[in-house]
Amino acid sequence: MEDIFTTQTKPTWCPGCGNFGIWMALKNAITKLAIPREQVVIVYGVGCHGNMRDWMHVYGVQGLHGRTIPLAQGIKLANSNLHVIVVSGDGDCLGEGGNHFIHAAKRNPNITVLVHNNEVYALTTGQASPTAEVGFLTKSTPAGVVDPPFNPSTLSILSGGTFAARGFAGDIVGLTDLIEKAISHKGFSVVDVLQPCVTFDKVHTYEWYRKRVQKVNITGEKLQDRVAAIEIARLWGDKIPIGVFFQTVLPTSEEREISLENGPLYLRPIPIAEVQQTVAQLK
Amino acid sequence: MIQDCTWAIGGEAGFGINSAGFMLAKACSRNGYGIVGSNEYPSLIRGGHNFVSLRISAADIFAPKATVDILVALNKETVALHTKQLASNALVLYDPNDYEWKKEDVAGDVTLVAIPFSELVKKLQGDAVMRNTIALGATMMFLGKELSFLTAVIKDIFMKKGEEVIQENIKIATEGYTYAKSNFASIISHILAPGEIKDPKLIMNVCEAVGLGAIAGGMKFAAIYPMTPINALIPFFTDNAKKFNIVYKQPEDEIAGINMAVGASLAGARSMVATSGGGFALMVEAVSMTGIMEVPLVINLGMRPGPATGMPTWSEQAELRMAIHAGHGEFPRIVLAPGDVEEGYTLTKKAFDLADEFQIPVLILTDKYLNETQWQMSATVVKDMTQVASTTTVNAADLKETPPFKRYSVNTQTGVSVRSLPGMKSGEYIANSYEHEEDGFTTEDAGVRVAQVDKRLKKAQAILQKAFKPIVSGEDVADITFVSFGSLKGVIREAVTTLTKSGKSVKHIHFAWVYPMPIDIGTMLAKEKHLVCIEQNATGQLASVIKEATGITIKDVWRKYDGRQWTVEEIVNKLTVNS
Repeated sequence: MEDIFTTQTKPTWCPGCGNFGIWMALKNAITKLAIPREQVVIVYGVGCHGNMRDWMHVYGVQGLHGRTIPLAQGIKLANSNLHVIVVSGDGDCLGEGGNHFIHAAKRNPNITVLVHNNEVYALTTGQASPTAEVGFLTKSTPAGVVDPPFNPSTLSILSGGTFAARGFAGDIVGLTDLIEKAISHKGFSVVDVLQPCVTFDKVHTYEWYRKRVQKVNITGEKLQDRVAAIEIARLWGDKIPIGVFFQTVLPTSEEREISLENGPLYLRPIPIAEVQQTVAQLK
Repeated sequence: MIQDCTWAIGGEAGFGINSAGFMLAKACSRNGYGIVGSNEYPSLIRGGHNFVSLRISAADIFAPKATVDILVALNKETVALHTKQLASNALVLYDPNDYEWKKEDVAGDVTLVAIPFSELVKKLQGDAVMRNTIALGATMMFLGKELSFLTAVIKDIFMKKGEEVIQENIKIATEGYTYAKSNFASIISHILAPGEIKDPKLIMNVCEAVGLGAIAGGMKFAAIYPMTPINALIPFFTDNAKKFNIVYKQPEDEIAGINMAVGASLAGARSMVATSGGGFALMVEAVSMTGIMEVPLVINLGMRPGPATGMPTWSEQAELRMAIHAGHGEFPRIVLAPGDVEEGYTLTKKAFDLADEFQIPVLILTDKYLNETQWQMSATVVKDMTQVASTTTVNAADLKETPPFKRYSVNTQTGVSVRSLPGMKSGEYIANSYEHEEDGFTTEDAGVRVAQVDKRLKKAQAILQKAFKPIVSGEDVADITFVSFGSLKGVIREAVTTLTKSGKSVKHIHFAWVYPMPIDIGTMLAKEKHLVCIEQNATGQLASVIKEATGITIKDVWRKYDGRQWTVEEIVNKLTVNS
């Protein structure tokens, strides 16, 4: 199939970077869902992941470090017809933007967040990220990370998110399926993507992940059980589960806005008669 | 007969203090009186004490007065706390069952008027909270007005609660009026001259005026984290969200708020945020992002005394410099400072058009004093709802697959390039917080960088063409020329009137468009004999901005930074003492 997403710019990621797999899976998912590219808005954080903006032909919004999720919510509230996807990193959306991540999960906007999770700040040449494991040696932790890591999946499930999955950048077919499901989900969907950093992380290589990742196939009522989902999502070590951990349908942030009942906000007319009526009450 | 009277009511929270002030304000306004209602005293006093004062005048007024002519005390504390504010020959309406005041307890030549509020309410089986209505009824007698003046407002306010509630309230107001008439008919010191104002007035605070202006300006999305003194904007939006076709979102913090608003604006919805200094400090990085992304955004910055948490419920104008400079990097912006409710409405409406026209952030500086005082505005101001059609969004039909859409085209006269909205076919681009090429792709190329900076800064020239000059009032040639911005407009206006009457030669130059300073300000100010800049801050920020733009040093800068707004009396006295 023709790749309609290419641009004038060639990717600058390091050869072998996990971002390639995520990018490929994202393009596959949008293509399979047959969403016209002008209906897709991708909001990028600052980090290696964010550089995708220059080689991805959709509406792109390159925000500030950590602020992707509120930007995405604003876009979705203004035009709920759009497919809004956040391409963010572990540092971007759990470090600088952690507050926004949990509050978005609580609100349940109909947006998708891809967490490019490589345990390091690669764009600033390799400091520990909020998902870095204890003992991991990085530029900012020469004696090893001492603080325990965040788990993007358990955090989103616990905070009220309605779709949580984990994928692996080295499994493009599987990841395509997860992203497709996440975009199709009506509500706040988070895909935590395990992503090797070939330059600054010599521990978590493709090989390391391949030995550990195990696909889970959760279905039916079990898929809607938050506690069971957290139990699975928290597993880490010799076996690392990947797949959809949790999915449930709850009213979205946009559905709870009475003003959106009559269509996208940006097209609503100025209510001249209503303003005059309000003014009359001020006399 | 008197022309001007300040009525005040105090008591514990839950005594209906605010609603009494509101009812009287409405009654007076509808009958041709000027009103200004303030409640700026609560945090001075120990917990729970509420105090509202209402200045009533036969003609238009523009500032409150410091002294009280009629004080309604719904508890003992009210008299004790406010005795120093009483004007000579003031009336104090109190309940003798709370405490029997004696003449020597209160300062000046004050008349004590004992009205058994509780007893009268009880007699009519009313609720204790209705003591305020007894007081309002009695007030009508002392002001020399018919009771119908008040009952018409009671009918409107309680309409939703039904006829029974209306009649009960009227009965109680009548009791207060009759009691006053039977016992104190001889007190005629506070009879108000007839109201002279002909055009219908609206009553609102500047928060509501900003809200109304925003709706009229096409605002669709507001993200506001609560913070004094912009809180009144929130219920104005939430109560009317459905009928105004807007979304108000309470974000997790101000950073989220401004980023949401930027997102909504990118998607085509006119958007705003509102906050005070501390919240604005959190927003600053995103203000800079609007600069490089060229996204329209309106920011209402309601000032209060800082630094940091400062004095949250008081007033100051110390964030002019912050508004002008906030944000790393160099990009154009506009800073407007309404001086009254009318400007709160008109400038906010205009701010949305300016933000759209130039694809920039527009800041509206208000403060606690403007935002939480009740003012009047002519109803005709809101009649004009004409809309300026946006010319800076591309017509979807004009977009073609090739050549690719150049969102940040440098080929413009004004520096403004048209934008597409997500969803428009062939309009795809990158709204980029990195430096970018004309189509939005990230760049570090020296030539492109310079071209894009120049493009953005070029807007400043076009913006200046739109800038409006300060308002000049008073004598053409005067010995003293007051200079001010924002909330000092009304206070100085009244001071000028008073000083002129006493034979002083004064005028007033007031800035509502503060930044960038309009062209020719230097020429204008250089003609004045003696400039006096009056500011509600400690460092003379307006004077320094004027110096920067014009080279003119204003030697006399009167600064006040105790959190209390300059009063008319203070300005009049200061000038009188100085000269």
